[in-house]
Order: sequence, then structure tokens, then C-alpha cells
Amino acid sequence: MTALRKNKQTTHEIELAGQLALLDLSGGLYLPAHDALLVADLHFEKGSSFARRGMMLPPYDTRETLSALSDVVSRFNPRVVIALGDSFHDIGGPDRLGDEERSTLSGVQAGREWIWVTGNHDRILPESIGGQVVVEMALGSLTLRHEPVAGEQAELAGHLHPVGKVVMRGRATRRRCFLTDGTRCVMPALGAYAGGLNACDAAFKPLFPNGFTAHLIGTERIFAIAKAMLCRD
Amino acid sequence: MSKAFASLLPKIFRDWFESRGWEPREHQLQLLAKAEAGRSVLLVAPTGAGKTLAGFLPSLVELAELGPRRGTAKEGRGLHTLYISPLKALATDIARNLETPVQEMGLPIRIETRTGDTPSHKRARQIERPPDILLTTPEQLALLLAHREAADFFKDLRRVVLDELHSLVTSKRGDLLSLGLARLLNLAPQATAVGLSATVREPDDLRRYLVPQREDETSLADLVVVKGGAQPDIRMLELDERLPLAGHTASLSMPAIYGLIKRHKTTLVFVNTRLQAEYTFQELWKLNDDGLAIALHHGSLDVTQRRRVEEAMAAGKLKAVVCTATLDLGIDWGDVDLVVNVGAPKGASRIMQRIGRSNHRMDEPSQAYLVPANRFEILECRAALDAVHEAAQDTPDARIGALDVLCQHILGMACADPFKLEDLYEEVRSAAPYASLSWEDFEACVAFVATGGYALRAYERFAKIVKGNDGLWRVRDGKVAQQYRLNVGTIVEATMIKVRLGKTSRARPGTVLPRGRILGEIEEYFAETLTPGDTFLFAGEVLRFEGIAEDEVLVTRAASGTDPMIPSYEGGKFPLSTFLAARVREILADPFEWDRLPPQMTEWLLQQRRRSFLPGPRDLLVETFPRGNRFYMTCFPFEGRLAHQTLGMLLTRRLERARLKPLGFVANDYGIAVYASGDIAARAAREPGFMDELFSEDMLGDDLEDWLAESSLMKRTFRQCAVIAGLIERRFPGEQKTGRQVTISTDLVYDVLRKHEPDHVLLRAARADAATGLLDVRRLGMMLQRIRGRIIHKPLDRVSPLSVSVMLEIGRERVYSDNADEILAEAEAALLDEALA
Repeated sequence: MTALRKNKQTTHEIELAGQLALLDLSGGLYLPAHDALLVADLHFEKGSSFARRGMMLPPYDTRETLSALSDVVSRFNPRVVIALGDSFHDIGGPDRLGDEERSTLSGVQAGREWIWVTGNHDRILPESIGGQVVVEMALGSLTLRHEPVAGEQAELAGHLHPVGKVVMRGRATRRRCFLTDGTRCVMPALGAYAGGLNACDAAFKPLFPNGFTAHLIGTERIFAIAKAMLCRD
Repeated sequence: MSKAFASLLPKIFRDWFESRGWEPREHQLQLLAKAEAGRSVLLVAPTGAGKTLAGFLPSLVELAELGPRRGTAKEGRGLHTLYISPLKALATDIARNLETPVQEMGLPIRIETRTGDTPSHKRARQIERPPDILLTTPEQLALLLAHREAADFFKDLRRVVLDELHSLVTSKRGDLLSLGLARLLNLAPQATAVGLSATVREPDDLRRYLVPQREDETSLADLVVVKGGAQPDIRMLELDERLPLAGHTASLSMPAIYGLIKRHKTTLVFVNTRLQAEYTFQELWKLNDDGLAIALHHGSLDVTQRRRVEEAMAAGKLKAVVCTATLDLGIDWGDVDLVVNVGAPKGASRIMQRIGRSNHRMDEPSQAYLVPANRFEILECRAALDAVHEAAQDTPDARIGALDVLCQHILGMACADPFKLEDLYEEVRSAAPYASLSWEDFEACVAFVATGGYALRAYERFAKIVKGNDGLWRVRDGKVAQQYRLNVGTIVEATMIKVRLGKTSRARPGTVLPRGRILGEIEEYFAETLTPGDTFLFAGEVLRFEGIAEDEVLVTRAASGTDPMIPSYEGGKFPLSTFLAARVREILADPFEWDRLPPQMTEWLLQQRRRSFLPGPRDLLVETFPRGNRFYMTCFPFEGRLAHQTLGMLLTRRLERARLKPLGFVANDYGIAVYASGDIAARAAREPGFMDELFSEDMLGDDLEDWLAESSLMKRTFRQCAVIAGLIERRFPGEQKTGRQVTISTDLVYDVLRKHEPDHVLLRAARADAATGLLDVRRLGMMLQRIRGRIIHKPLDRVSPLSVSVMLEIGRERVYSDNADEILAEAEAALLDEALA
């Protein structure tokens, strides 16, 4: 099912709401039971959004994110892809999408079901962008939405861009991560310019009253790190 | 007074000098003559020579003759003299000192300062009605020049006085100032520049800086040199005890330093780092049975605390101040009669300038002691003393103007007035650091300012500067100009975090509340490595780290007698100068030189020669030896910690490829030790030429490129360039910083840009910085070239006397690694251990 590159261990298995979930080095999550691939917080066209305000960030973030997306999609070749909101950095994002990027996106979408869950950055998405647009949805026992909601419900969400920071003997590293307690999973942001919120931030507390394990995305593989090992910024 | 020049001084000035019992000095009159002749000039003089008065005298004379000024900048006379200093405090100081002669002679001259603290109504008034003399900083000059009224404001300018020029020109601030000067001399072609400088190795570099450069020919300002007075009385503090092989605390020397402080009127104790300052201050107070007024001064302390120390010092109330380079520059600190420099001197010129602080009367010798903290520092002090006696100088080479600074300047110029590309190019190239700037680089910078300058031209419609139908480039709107004003300057501070004293909660013992005062700021990266319960030295106290709360470090006072746990003796940022490094290698190589070293050194070197080898001055000795179940490799290039760190990173990559399983390395100012689980010596014995290959210069090719891709030091360098060039805003107009998420991480930008446009102007700027900055690649390159074919490999069965010194750093210095997976694997294993326990 997954093609392993040499030395690279691209996926990492966990159990989520009673089913197998594969965490991917790209930041995507694959649910074999539904043949569904989930991605969160792509933030397409964040670069051009900043450029409007005079910060001329390199205009390659969308193609960079798309290349990561198309890579993970081609590896799993799933029946359905679900983007968990904030797929575009702002409402004008789809309009600013370059021709080349637009056609890459269509290519990735081709031959499968595609669902955009809306987020706070992209409450409205034009039809031209392809696929189906929903506010939230259910997949088996899991609720899929952009912004996680505290409670006992099994849930997959994005929005918070979790990153974990680890300091070992004076050496620090800060990486994107999946946070999960086995019932809920908050996914990392996949966007090339999407920043991160430290997993020790108070925002995560009500979501995981009994703590969580952080799955930090390293260079070659994913590492399961206990909450106690994580540091604040 | 020499007759030839005396006539240049009007009677009122001669009378004033006489009333004070002074006589104008030769160089002061020489500067008057230069001004008369309309010449720009560099004045090189030791501290205490009356440099500042010399710089201003021609302006005072001219202004006295012109009589009172009237009217606004538009109708009347504009600014006459502009004075630029590297420090705000210095500008304020000089303004106060200038008022004395002006008032005593009753001259109709208005003197004002303009700094970040100047209120906006006063700024507006200054533009409307310029003073005769304005004292300011390079950043404020950049802002003035970007003002729409700049041309009127500066049109009558006669003189520009650049103080402490030797210290300004070595940084990006110097680049910014050079561009400002080029614009000034364009707006006011009649103006001349005067540079005031301490002694430097290449005065011609500074002479070029002061006058516009023209294609294919070098123009130089005139030169006036004041010879130093008495030879400084400088010596090494020698102890009977043996100094350690490593470490920077000089703990053994503290009683002797305390004794010196007691015997002198006022002592400045210079150290290289903030942490050393904390340690030294603490140790001196432990010995302070006499209750001497000993104070602490470094850049991280709260500003009110610093001001208190400065005022007490000026009032002569202090017996000693322990300080870092923040006190290095020429502010007058009253009656200092002794300078003690603890730790490595790093450079001959640097130490001379520091010693210059101790005596403001040129004719008496300055008193100074160099205090080595370890045996290598004895070598460094010896080399520095020799250099001082020969009056040898090792100030750094002239800079090539940085491209990120140029980007900032271009936007500023667009804010002032629409410009033609060719004209601005000519003007920029008249600044010495940019004399060899290519048209292509200039265009790339303009394109960057306009739209980011990317091959993918995606941002044309958002351009910040645009070319009109008249062929002139102008700023798009007022908002862009406002952004420029908020982001001007080249000093990008390391992210600092406030340290607040906490109080233990009475209601809930064990809980610490953030109720105390702010003690100062520490670097974020230092705070990052602390865990609750750690103790460390700060603001002269041992503090206990309690945690980070709302962007502040919360601390409590540690119980008295607690030793700080976190090592407070990191080596300095500055490598020893190449000049001193060469001297040190020569001393090591020549046994006749050893007579001039303390006996403990000679003994150590003899042991090294017996047990291993001592290399020639151009050779590199590489020692290998097993220890425990590891194999070690050490060498001593003497190129400074930064270059050694880079070398260590690259060597471990190569050893990795050679399947020798490197485990880590440590570096200090003098050498490095790399350790591996593979037998390096065995491989070298099997493969002749292995060592030459390992240290070959081509490591600066692909290996360096690979490492740069992930190096956190490189990302830090890139961030600074991105801020200076204006890619990332320091802050948005009318927008409060609301935490991490609104800003964009430059690390992410770096990754994307490096992949898609590796030759982008910002990456080129960052690479140019890496050559001399945090990675010191240029120094490493010079070293690798020097040792080509001159590597002497000495396989040993145990550690040599020389190598012990760097081995002692293991476990004390941080191990450097940018390999995130290694850190994560360790953290993951910790979870497993816990589960299995």
C-alpha cells in the first residue's frame, strides 16, 4: 500500500477512535477503513496574501504545498481526499491561484472524490475550485471539522497548527506534529508558509483533558513524544 | 601655537583658549586649515587628544562669523553641521560638552540632538527650522534622508562629522551610513566630511569612506595623525597557581584583581561576554570585605539600572565597574586609572582601544593588566602584548557593502524623491563599500524592493515602488513610506525575553506569582534551554528558573550559597584576529619564544613535544586516540569558535560518509575534538591521504551547501537579512503584534526560497554574511588553504597534553547539531524508558 523510500519511513501507525490511522511524513493522515486521505490547513496563496500588504514573500508557497499534497496523494491513491479547512489563506485566494497551480490541483483531484471543509480563512469557496464544499461532516464515528470542539466526541480537526518543541541537552528542535489522545486528533498544517502553535499552549488543554501524545514530524520519520517531554517556546 | 595656523583662529576663540589656560593643539589647527581649504579629512588620534573639539572647531569658527541665523529651511539658512555617532548616549554627551565653549564665548549657535527619544513635535520643528549643528545616529540620518523635505533641509550643509568611525565601518550600520553620506554629498556638494577615529591598520580604508568614489580611481580624504603619547604600561597578570587548561572564568585571578581595584582610584574591568561579567561581579563581591563600590554594567540589564551605574561612574562614586563591550566606546567616564581585561584579548587593536579608556591625559602612560583565564589565553595575551609594544594593528578589512542594506536604502530614497535608476546607481557607487557594485546586483536590489525580485513575476500589481511614464521610480503610496520608517536600521536584536522576579504565593505555597520587578532581558535561546529548578547568574544574583509565563521568564532568588548550575562561561562571539592567531602559532612552534612565557606554560609545551608533537607555524597537527569505547580526533587551528563549529559540522558529515560513525564534536576558540565509534586512525593508516582528503578545501562546496540547507545558524543569518532588506516587517503600521501566528516564520520562507530560487538576492546577501558572521566560512576557507599538504597526523594511544584542553569542553560546552531526528529520537527513547521502568 505504501511505497517506502530508502531510509525513509514515511508512515507511522496509530489507533484513532478504534480504527487504524496512518500518519504521513507530509502531514497528511490516511484512514485505510475509508480509503480516505485527510490534510489540514494548506493555506494556499498565503504568499500573495502577504504581498498585497507589501511583504513580498517568495511566490512559490502554493506550488510547494501542492507538490507535497500531490506526492502524498499519489502514494496513497485514495478514494477520497478531505481538506480540513483553511485550504486558502483568504477568500480572494482561489482567484489569485496561478494557471500552472490550478492545473496541478485539477490533476491531483482527478479520478477521486474531493471534499473541502471550510475554515475561518476560507468560509466561502468558489465552484471553480472543484470538489464538494461542506462545513463539517462525519466519516464513520469521526466528526471532521476545521476547528476542534472540546467534548467526548471522536474528532479529526486542524485549525491550531500544532508544533512540538523538544530540548535535549541544550539542543532544541521545533517540528510540526499530530496531537492525539486516541479519540481526537488535531492535525498539523501542511501549508509551506503555515506557522505553528506550540502544543503546550493553553488552547490545546480543553481538547485533551487527559493529556495527549505528540507525533512529531522529523526529517526521516515520525517520532512519538510524550507530553512531558515537550517544552514551551 | 604654530604661527602659520594661528591666524585661522579668531580672537574670541584665542581668548577663550587662554582663559582656560589651554593652547590649541597642532591637529586642531590643522583641521581648521583643511576646512578652510574645503578638504575632507580623517583625524586619527588616541583617546584624550581632544578629537571631538578638533572635529567641531572649524564649524564653531565659521558659525561665529556667520552670525545668528534666521528663517525656515526654505527661506533662510539650513543645517550647517551634522554629527553622527554610533551611540545615542554619545550624541547627547557631545551636545552637552559643546554647549560649554558656545556659552562661554557667547556664540549665536543652536545645537540640537535628534535620536529615537526626540519627541515628534521637536522633530517637526527641526525640519521646519534646522539648528546650526545637529547631533544624531546613522539610523536617524537614514530617516532624515528619506524625508520629503530632505533636499531643503540639507542644501546648505557644510560639514559632516563622523565620530568613532573605526567602529562604525565594521558593520552593516557602516554600510547604511556610507549610503547616507553619498546622498548627503549629492544634496550638498559643498560639504566636507571629517572622520574621527582611533588608530587603525589601514587608514586608507577610512579615507576612502569619507569622499565620493569615482569609477576606476580611488579618492582619498586628507589624513591628520596624532601620534600617541606615552607607551601604555600594560602587562600580564601572573599567578603562582597553575591556570586550568580550559574555561573562561579566571576564578584563580579574582583575589589579585580585587587587590588591584583596592590600590587604584577607579578601575574598569572588561570581560568578553555578559555571562563572564555576571560571574566576575559575583566573585569580586564574595571577596569584598572592604565594601568597595563595585558595579556591574552590560547590555542585558534593565536600562534604568544601567543609567544609574553610568551616572555614579561619571560622578566618581564607583571604585570599579565590571563591564562588557557596551562600555567600549568613547564616552567619557571620568577618572579611570586602571583597565583590567579578563579573558582573551582577541585582537591587538581591540585591546589598545580598551586601554585607551583608562587615561584621558595623553602624556601619561595608561595602566592595564591582561588576565588570562586558561593556558591558551596566556599565549594569546603574550601575542597581544608583543603587538601592543610594536604598535601593530589588526583592525578588520574594509567591508563590501551588504545587499540587504542597499535594498533598505533604495526604498528610503524612493520615499524622499522620485529617482532615475542610473542616477541612483551612480550615487550608490560613490559610497566606498559599494564602489564595485555591479549594475546587475543593483537592478536585482531595485527589483527586490519593487516586487520581491522573483523570477516568477507574480506581484507586479502589488509593487512597492513603481516606474512612472517619466522614467522615474517612486514609492507607491504613503503606507509604504510609513512601513519604511518603522523598519529602518540594521540592528536586528536577538529575540530577547524579559526576566521578572516572582513572589511565592502565600495562599498556595509552591506557586510563584509574577509580582516582582523586571531584572532585565536574556536571549530567548538561552531561556529555551532552562528547565524549572535550574539556577543561573543574572543581574549579579543567583536566580532560580521557575518557568515562562506570558512571554516573561519567571525567576526567584536562589537560597544564599547556591551555586549556579547553568554554566556561565561561554566563549566570546569574536574569534581572535588572524594576526594574533598567527602569532600564537609562531610562539608554539619556536622553543626560544617559550622563555617569555610563565614556567607552567613551558613545562606543558615540553610535555606535549615529548608525548606527541608541536607543529610548525603553518602546519596543522591532527591527533587521534582511543578513549573509552570511542575514537577521538583533535586539531588546533586557532581560528575562533565560530569557524571551528563550522569545521566540526563539515567534518562530521564527511566522517559519516566515510562510515566512521561520528557521534559529535566540541569546539572552542582554539581547536576542536570530534568523536566517533569508528576507528579514524586505523582508516588513516589503511588509506594514505585520508586525512588530506578529510580536510580538503572542497568541503566548502557541496558539503557546505548541504549543511546550509538545514543549519539553524544560516536560518538566523537569513532572518536578519530578510528584516533589514524589508521582506519581513518588524511590525505593521497600526497593527499590534498578537503572537506568533500573525508573523511569518522566516525559516519557512528560507526553505521555499532556497529550493525555488537559490540565487535570489536575499540568499546571496545571507551567504555573504555567513562568510564572516555566525559561520565564519571565509576564515575556515583561509585555514584550509593554509594547511593544504601540511597536515601532520599523529596517532596516539592516549590523549596528549594539548588535546586535554579541548577534551575538557566535552559535557561543558553544548554539543552542536542541527540534526532534528537525533534530538527527537532521544526524546522518543525517553518515553520508552519511562514505559519500561
